[in-house]
Amino acid sequence: MARIISMKDAVNEALDQEMSRDPTVIMMGEDIVGGSGAPGEDDAWGGVLGVSKGLYHKHPNQMLDTPLSESAYVGAAIGAATAGLRPVAELMFVDFIGVCLDQVFNQAAKFRYMFGGKAETPVVIRAMCGAGFRAAAQHSQMLTPLFTHIPGLKVVCPSNAYDTKGLLIQSIRDNDPVIFLEHKNLYASTCDVPEEPYTIPFGEANIVREGGDVTIVTYGQMVQRAEQAADMLKKDGIEAEIIDLRTLSPIDMDTVLESVEMTGRLVCVDEANPRCSIAADISANVAQDGFDDLKAPIQMVTAPHSPVPFSPSLEDIYIPSAQSIADAARKTMEG
Amino acid sequence: MTEITPILMPKWGLSMQEGKLTDWHIKEGDEVSVGDEIMDVETDKITNVVEAADGGTVRRIVGTAGEVYPVRALLAVMAPSSVSDADIEAYVNAYEMPANDTEDEDTGPAYHFVDLPVGKIRYSEQTGDKADQTPIVLIHGFGGDLDNWLFNIDALAEHAPVYAIDLPGHGQSVKSVDPQDPAIFTQTLLDFMDHCDITRAHLVGHSMGGLVAGATALDHPDRVASLTLICSAGLGEDINADYIDGFVNATGRKDLKPVLTHLFYNQSLVSRAMVQDLLKYKRLDGVQDFLTKLSAAAFNAGKQARIIADDLAALDLPITVIWGENDAIIPASHAENLKRVTPHVLGSAGHMVQMEHAGEVNKIIASAIS
Repeated sequence: MARIISMKDAVNEALDQEMSRDPTVIMMGEDIVGGSGAPGEDDAWGGVLGVSKGLYHKHPNQMLDTPLSESAYVGAAIGAATAGLRPVAELMFVDFIGVCLDQVFNQAAKFRYMFGGKAETPVVIRAMCGAGFRAAAQHSQMLTPLFTHIPGLKVVCPSNAYDTKGLLIQSIRDNDPVIFLEHKNLYASTCDVPEEPYTIPFGEANIVREGGDVTIVTYGQMVQRAEQAADMLKKDGIEAEIIDLRTLSPIDMDTVLESVEMTGRLVCVDEANPRCSIAADISANVAQDGFDDLKAPIQMVTAPHSPVPFSPSLEDIYIPSAQSIADAARKTMEG
Repeated sequence: MTEITPILMPKWGLSMQEGKLTDWHIKEGDEVSVGDEIMDVETDKITNVVEAADGGTVRRIVGTAGEVYPVRALLAVMAPSSVSDADIEAYVNAYEMPANDTEDEDTGPAYHFVDLPVGKIRYSEQTGDKADQTPIVLIHGFGGDLDNWLFNIDALAEHAPVYAIDLPGHGQSVKSVDPQDPAIFTQTLLDFMDHCDITRAHLVGHSMGGLVAGATALDHPDRVASLTLICSAGLGEDINADYIDGFVNATGRKDLKPVLTHLFYNQSLVSRAMVQDLLKYKRLDGVQDFLTKLSAAAFNAGKQARIIADDLAALDLPITVIWGENDAIIPASHAENLKRVTPHVLGSAGHMVQMEHAGEVNKIIASAIS
């Protein structure tokens, strides 16, 4: 049965159900079980924001609290994946990827290719991403482009609780390394989520809203902002189609191109920094394969080329707003 | 003022709280017959034409096209010419417009779950003023769920208590079931009726649900007050096997949507929300396996495996047959196969005739159970 739950609870439920279904699914990470200072299991932190709270009681043999050493436990998770387990390593903030990047991009991402297709590395690396949490430049980045650039990694960044559960279960069952990025500002967002386990295939964008005038392509937290922008545009009689990519690698360019074929106008919205971003990637693909359909120049709405500011007022300006998305859409309608 | 008939914003399903009146097909002074198209209504889930449930003269249009109204808002008034304009005015003024944020679900259908021997079953129950009448039980078809009766439940509840269930393997009912057991659906239906203290019911079945209703009536005629079979399976061997295979094998929006258009005469009724909802169902653990096994059990070499037309004809029970003339899943010619019953074959309607021509279908069911 479906009921309304938060995205945080959707992550918890997906992990719970997969660990129940398959004893080879394990979790590793910092503070995912007890946490520093907690007197015992009963006061478990369940991760820095409590996402895995309550799971240790149900799956004590499948959860491992690790030392503060990303390079050690992310490497261990990748090794365990090649040896038959399905580990879910929690990196806490994706910004910490730097210290264990070799394990991810030079090892996990390469095994299938370098061992003649015979090696499988079914590991999921979960991490919080994104700005708006007043957590400053080292805990707020949207690093989707970094991972999307690397062949051999699958990259997921859901925008709502329903997609989160289905995509996380798909990630755990997938036989390749998956980077699963959870926007911390979306943890409290709620929607209808079935109780039963279910999967959403990778590489299938979701058309959040249909509209014939302009296509807005985005993912993650920016989906909500795009919807707010579409509401503003509707008042001016502009019908925006919103495409939520859901997975950045693989990416569903067919759905984007089909929409642009109908609308002739494209706005790419990305919370990441602009250079070599998802927005830039989509724009380039459409400029190459959908040029004849375009009635106006493609618009990109992204964060500026700067670190995420700590000042709250500056951070609010840093994140693309619904207004800036609506303005970009109007720009495609000129002339 | 009983001769005054209001036209209200319909309630289509539990989640609907308001709808947009997109267009009127009638104006003041028009004579309306049952089944006439009176207005277009759009919700976040579905857009459909509302058909007249009653006939009469349109005396007053209250609702404005393009506006959003809460469920059960007064949109127009019908009355014979004997009713004075002053009475119409008084009626409109006295009508209590429902609040927009209706927490009150007294009058709408409510979803329930019950643990039966087969597992968890979801159903809806709506009881209006006619709680003393023999209940109606609605049974959906292959791959469907109780929301297939979105346009019927509210209207039928004016005549009798209305129950609708998600069969095992469907909707939000238990998925880990073996559809190769032929009794799974009929036994579940009987268990469900026991749970709800329904000793006898008017069974209304659509497509495969018609076969379930018919098989139940054959085995337990004492539990069935009447049968209404809508585009029913079990009356002939033809079946659109391409549709069944396409539905079972579709994995995404792009391959599912073209398959679903076969269900309707007006193919624009296949909305994005409808495709999304079905994909959500198909992606639940166990559903793919269930549907594959069910289609193997129900269909044999592109033909329906079980035909009960002659057995039903011999049964001493009121039977009503309704079909969409343009049904692309099970041909409307099967409507003739149940000897002794004169079928209602509705024009410009496909397999989902209870959605496409809800007004007419509701009227036929209402008269069949009275």
